[in-house]
Amino acid sequence: MQMPAAEPAILAQREALLAELRALLPVARVIADAAGLRAYDCDALTAYRQMPLAAVLPDTVAELAGVLAICHRRNIKVVARGAGTSLSGGALPLADAVLIGLGRFNRILDIDYANRCLTAQSGVTNLALSEAVAARNFYYAPDPSSQIACTIGGNVAENSGGVHCLKYGMTTNNLLGLEMVLLDGTVVRLGGKHMDADGYDLLGLLTGSEGLLGVITEVTVRILPRPETARAALLGFASNEDAGRVVAAIIAAGIIPAGLEKMDRFIVAATEEFCHAGYPLDAEALLIVELDGPAAEVDYLLELVVAIARENGATSVRASTNEAERLLFWLGRKSAFPAVGRLSPDYLCMDGTIPRHQLPHVLQRMAQMSLRYGLRVTNVFHAGDGNLHPLILYDANVPGELARAEAFGAEILRLCVEVGGVLTGEHGVGVEKRDLMDTMFDADDLAQQMRVKSAFDPEGRLNPGKVFPQLHRCAELGHLHVHRGQIPFPHLPRL
Amino acid sequence: MATIFTPNRPEELSEILRWAVANATPLAVVGSGSKSGIGRPMPTEHVLSLAGFSGVGRYEPNELVLTAGAGTPLAEIEALLARNGQMLAFEPPDHTHLFAASATAPIAGAARAGTLGGVLAANSSGPRRFLAGAARDHFLGFRAVNGRGEAFKAGGRVVKNVTGFDLPKLLAGSWGTLAALWEVTVKVMPVPEFSGALLIFGLDDTGASRLMRTAAASAHVVSGAAHLPARVAARSAAVKAAGQSVTALRVEGPELSVRHRVAGLKALLIGGGQLEGADCDELDSAAALALWRDIGDLALLAAGDTREIWRLSLPPATAPAVVAHIVNGEPAVEWLQDQAGGTLWLSCPAGTPAEQIRGALAPDGGHATLWRASAARRSEVPVFQPQPPALAALTRRVKASFDPQAVLNPGRMYSDS
Repeated sequence: MQMPAAEPAILAQREALLAELRALLPVARVIADAAGLRAYDCDALTAYRQMPLAAVLPDTVAELAGVLAICHRRNIKVVARGAGTSLSGGALPLADAVLIGLGRFNRILDIDYANRCLTAQSGVTNLALSEAVAARNFYYAPDPSSQIACTIGGNVAENSGGVHCLKYGMTTNNLLGLEMVLLDGTVVRLGGKHMDADGYDLLGLLTGSEGLLGVITEVTVRILPRPETARAALLGFASNEDAGRVVAAIIAAGIIPAGLEKMDRFIVAATEEFCHAGYPLDAEALLIVELDGPAAEVDYLLELVVAIARENGATSVRASTNEAERLLFWLGRKSAFPAVGRLSPDYLCMDGTIPRHQLPHVLQRMAQMSLRYGLRVTNVFHAGDGNLHPLILYDANVPGELARAEAFGAEILRLCVEVGGVLTGEHGVGVEKRDLMDTMFDADDLAQQMRVKSAFDPEGRLNPGKVFPQLHRCAELGHLHVHRGQIPFPHLPRL
Repeated sequence: MATIFTPNRPEELSEILRWAVANATPLAVVGSGSKSGIGRPMPTEHVLSLAGFSGVGRYEPNELVLTAGAGTPLAEIEALLARNGQMLAFEPPDHTHLFAASATAPIAGAARAGTLGGVLAANSSGPRRFLAGAARDHFLGFRAVNGRGEAFKAGGRVVKNVTGFDLPKLLAGSWGTLAALWEVTVKVMPVPEFSGALLIFGLDDTGASRLMRTAAASAHVVSGAAHLPARVAARSAAVKAAGQSVTALRVEGPELSVRHRVAGLKALLIGGGQLEGADCDELDSAAALALWRDIGDLALLAAGDTREIWRLSLPPATAPAVVAHIVNGEPAVEWLQDQAGGTLWLSCPAGTPAEQIRGALAPDGGHATLWRASAARRSEVPVFQPQPPALAALTRRVKASFDPQAVLNPGRMYSDS
């Protein structure tokens, strides 16, 4: 992974920059020593590490705007960081960039039940949002698996998902407003407590922009009434094809489950050993189908799901009868990553989306690749929305294995695109998938995205080296191709 | 002489836009033209019609996605989806009757006007929006040509995707000012098996607002919540017999579930709840369908030729105070609350000052769009909510990043972009 070369003109300013930052912020919140910076040298994509130029911890919007204005004036790069749980390297520092930690933006500002929304600073954790409104039986729907730690600002930057996306949407579908600071220190507020943008949907654009457009300081989200009940079915199958047919049949029956997860035999065995959820060890594929909503509806639809599974050759069928049992069904799935972590010194967690009907083909191709690369691969799959998470097992202490695992992962993602899918369903592009962007987008596609980036950050100073293979400044993004002439296509119908 | 360009290949579309740039000739971008009356009047002589990009390309019901030409008639899409038990969950309305040369009431059962691309470019959503999301939430990907004449694409053909900037969101509601869409992909959803409606009679806006918000905050999963003051309700065939205001709640799903939830809502709201003893009724599925269509289509608001229609998007709990403020200044205003109070539609006498409407909104309390008015009024009054300077500057830069020479619908949203 090649990051942009550190610019000597920035490195040379380090002492003067630190002096300015220390004049703005208390000294303890300007971190410049190696031991202090070590805490920020990577996010959850731990294969890549880099010490930042400096780290700062502002705790007001005014302080943050001041930091950005200093960096802007000095033409110094900036990387924003929430909790550092990105799996794609979105918060990976740069040697010539100031890292801005938003952990001190940790207050819930307003809970407005009358308008069913909550406003929080960007460093509040995802789970804290739901906890803040739990007593009144509300919750915030998107639930990425890192929800204990990840911040809502980071969720917005990455458009985070979770296991309930098919029914409840991703971050972008649950967001009403935000406040951000542009690189030049301008504070901009988008949306509010109402639905729909008044002009361009910049709120939608910012969501999933991976820290390239602005630094988010405040977020207003929709909160939902907790469903009356939730029940799950645990369905075992002798083949991936059988399981795939059941998923298609559930959707065809007009049922949109709250969660629809598929695990393969390896994961089932690994988690069973790890946490004893009672999964059937003979199943080649295991589905968890969760339904939530009014109790009468959930009971009725769960029966339908069970019938569909039986008709399609399920080898084991269990429907949860109480909350403890439902949680037990999920226990294995939620332990999948630590369980695999116990069986392999290292693993890469990939993230692509495919049209669901392509799953058997994709699994077969992955099995062939596994033999070719000499590395094991196992899969958890958000089967409802086609979001695939292959885990590639490797050992970083074996020379060359990391590189081989990465090449394997890249080939899987290229396959996702080949079968009509996309490079990333919820983890983001970051640095991890940056160099694969051209498998999905051609030069004109990327140029348009980069021009949008330039509308917010003309000098390309905000989180450079992420998302785009090479970030051009606006002046370099090509000129209009002009064919001066007559009215084109004289043969076209005219009225 | 005015020319209507109707390309049907992307190369032609690119060529036309390159020609427009080279000749500094802006174009009015249209699908079927059903929404041409919305927005500021434009200084365009020529028209770029996308109606030639018509037809469903790929529809995979089990993947919940549909790809079609942007110019495909909405009626064709909806008929195809209906045959497969699916729908556009954001319930695009049809406001064509407001923009006919002489305003007429919509004809029941008539084919829906508009194109799929037009619905997305207007981010046009109906009563289910507060539960199911807006058009923008179902817009997964597109192919388009920008104001430089360059073909580009964004998004994808799967329901879960975070690869690159979410340009479909940005294009939704951009009113053709950023790029000419020629192919779009949307998420589709199953049609609920059964639809039930609970009507509560005689509430004022404050009572109705509280009721709708209580219902939407309950676990009964309400998918429609609207309040029709008596004068407005009187125009609905489905509910006019009441002779008073009507607050309507919609509940959808398996029939057994719907019956259970309607009973639950009654118990919550009326039997010993907020409105003990209030007058209420239920509607059958067919009558409910017609009622929600009329609400979304604005078929019930006074729409005489000269009346002006405003759309307000606001925090739902503020709707009653906003209504009171506006009606206090202009008693001839009619209104209805839709989307659980989050959208307020007003029908005002011609010339009702914009400040009177926008001034009623709380600070940071949403925005108001002049949805229908004469061309003269639309060139005098800001049609879209004026933006604070920093946001307006960002808007201009975003516009320029797609369309630096302003050849696509120039000035339709704002006079300076």
